[in-house]
Amino acid sequence: MNDRQVLVLAEHADGAVRRVTGELLAAASRLGVPAAVVVGTPGTAQALAAELGALGAATVYAVETPEAGATLITGEVSALQAAVTAAGEPAAVLVAATFDGREIAGRLAVRLDSGVLTDVVGVALEGDEVVTTQAVLGGSYQTRYRVTRGVPVVSVRGNAIEGAATPVAEPAVVPLQVAADPTAPRVLETVPEEAGDRPELGAAKVVVSGGRGVGSADNFHVVEELADVLGGAVGASRAAVDSGYYPHQFQVGQTGTTVSPQLYIALGISGAIQHRAGMQTSKTIVAVNKDADAPIYEIADLGVVGDLFTVAPQLAAALKARRG
Amino acid sequence: MDIAVLVKQVPDTYADRRLTGPDLVLDRAAADAVIDEIDSKGVEIALQLTEKHGGEVTVVTMGPERATETLRKALAMGAHRAVHVLDDALAGSDALQTSEALAAALRTLQVDLVVTGNESTDGRAAAMPGMIAERLGLSAVTSVRTLEVDGGTFRAERVVEGGASQVTAQLPAVVSVNEKVGEPRYPNFKGIMAAKKKPVTTLSVADLGLDPARVGLANASTQLVEGAERPAKSGGRKITDDGQGGQAIADFLVEQRLV
Repeated sequence: MNDRQVLVLAEHADGAVRRVTGELLAAASRLGVPAAVVVGTPGTAQALAAELGALGAATVYAVETPEAGATLITGEVSALQAAVTAAGEPAAVLVAATFDGREIAGRLAVRLDSGVLTDVVGVALEGDEVVTTQAVLGGSYQTRYRVTRGVPVVSVRGNAIEGAATPVAEPAVVPLQVAADPTAPRVLETVPEEAGDRPELGAAKVVVSGGRGVGSADNFHVVEELADVLGGAVGASRAAVDSGYYPHQFQVGQTGTTVSPQLYIALGISGAIQHRAGMQTSKTIVAVNKDADAPIYEIADLGVVGDLFTVAPQLAAALKARRG
Repeated sequence: MDIAVLVKQVPDTYADRRLTGPDLVLDRAAADAVIDEIDSKGVEIALQLTEKHGGEVTVVTMGPERATETLRKALAMGAHRAVHVLDDALAGSDALQTSEALAAALRTLQVDLVVTGNESTDGRAAAMPGMIAERLGLSAVTSVRTLEVDGGTFRAERVVEGGASQVTAQLPAVVSVNEKVGEPRYPNFKGIMAAKKKPVTTLSVADLGLDPARVGLANASTQLVEGAERPAKSGGRKITDDGQGGQAIADFLVEQRLV
């Protein structure tokens, strides 16, 4: 076991820690002693300390200013930089592999002149070296990397790390001072995406996606109804999104969300390489398509050649009937 | 306003992409090489901004000899000049090294705005805009859907996981565009012919003043430990719907304990 600290940038909203932060702390516990870095308005860190401790943080570094959240990115980078200094020689710095997180990681790597590893799905300590695992080119390859310069700066994919760190009853809260960046872009207004009742696409255990074969925006209710019976998320292929059938934030594929659920049901999706790159690591794949030669069948565990408008409702009805 | 747009030549995402060699680097010969689609959208935005506000667009790439094709494509769309960071010593560079080389190339230009795609389709690290901004001491607004410049400031709609926000910042800055920013124009014949005569400046490691002991695969800050192709998922059972297709899927899901 390594007794060096591993810094985790804590994500929080509305007074609660986001789920990905628990995953990062679990990953951190495999590399050393987890420490959370909280950037927020005054009082935020103290309010989150118990929850972060329960998720494994032994130390909570608090970087608090009234301006937190009003500007982009560089505040988080400076906070992590200050925490790296405070921690001595941390074994690694972990952030979530979101757009923000990947930008934070990149900027921090430049400041520390350190290697940065992106969108990792696993971490391990080998000797005293951090080794990460990543799935590249749409999951076609699995690679393992190490950092040879500086403090490893790592962004971790959400929903990839399982398990939990050992809870810490009363983590130490350590305030840190960071100079403000007067040139940072200012956020004027934020409109959160409507969460809806369905699970988040990237985290769902079941995803039901519709493609060009769905034919229209109105017809997408067939996809939604099957997803709801299965308690799953709804996805869409790029062809369906480009045709205006379904909103862009539900796009699955190379340029969209990468999903890896237990069950992926593709309705009216031919399975272009671009789509497969975003879902081919799903555990079980079921495809329904009119075209018997659609490439999606090459990776489907069960393929049904037929009309999705009769097959999908029949499947939904059968599942409902089974539930009684 | 003068704008630099970073463009990258990538393997076509419609083709079978592969890694190669002991260091599992991208196999650039395996698939057709194209300008990354997101970067052509970056070129489009830059052209629209200069059409409105004046100024010139310089497209910048780092890559092997062949990456010139990508520069010519952007020049054919209407970009005015190009910079090609070209040196065999740069092969296998990681993000830290690439950002150092590109930032050095951008320092040779005096631009008000650097535009990039929000993430490449091959590496998908989405790190370069921020890393370059960090090196140049600029602010960055990443993954934007709209961009309006007004004198020395700009306003952008930024779309990331979980929502969209309106952001304002000062120029000069780095902006990365997301795929909903708008469709790129197609080069016409006149553009293609004109592109052949537009200036392309080539910059080497020495030209950029980079330390040779810090560039290339051998000096990378990250190193492959091991890697392999994942076994391809093979197709399973395929049936034709005989009126009981939905029921057959339900039975399969029960049998697989998925419901």
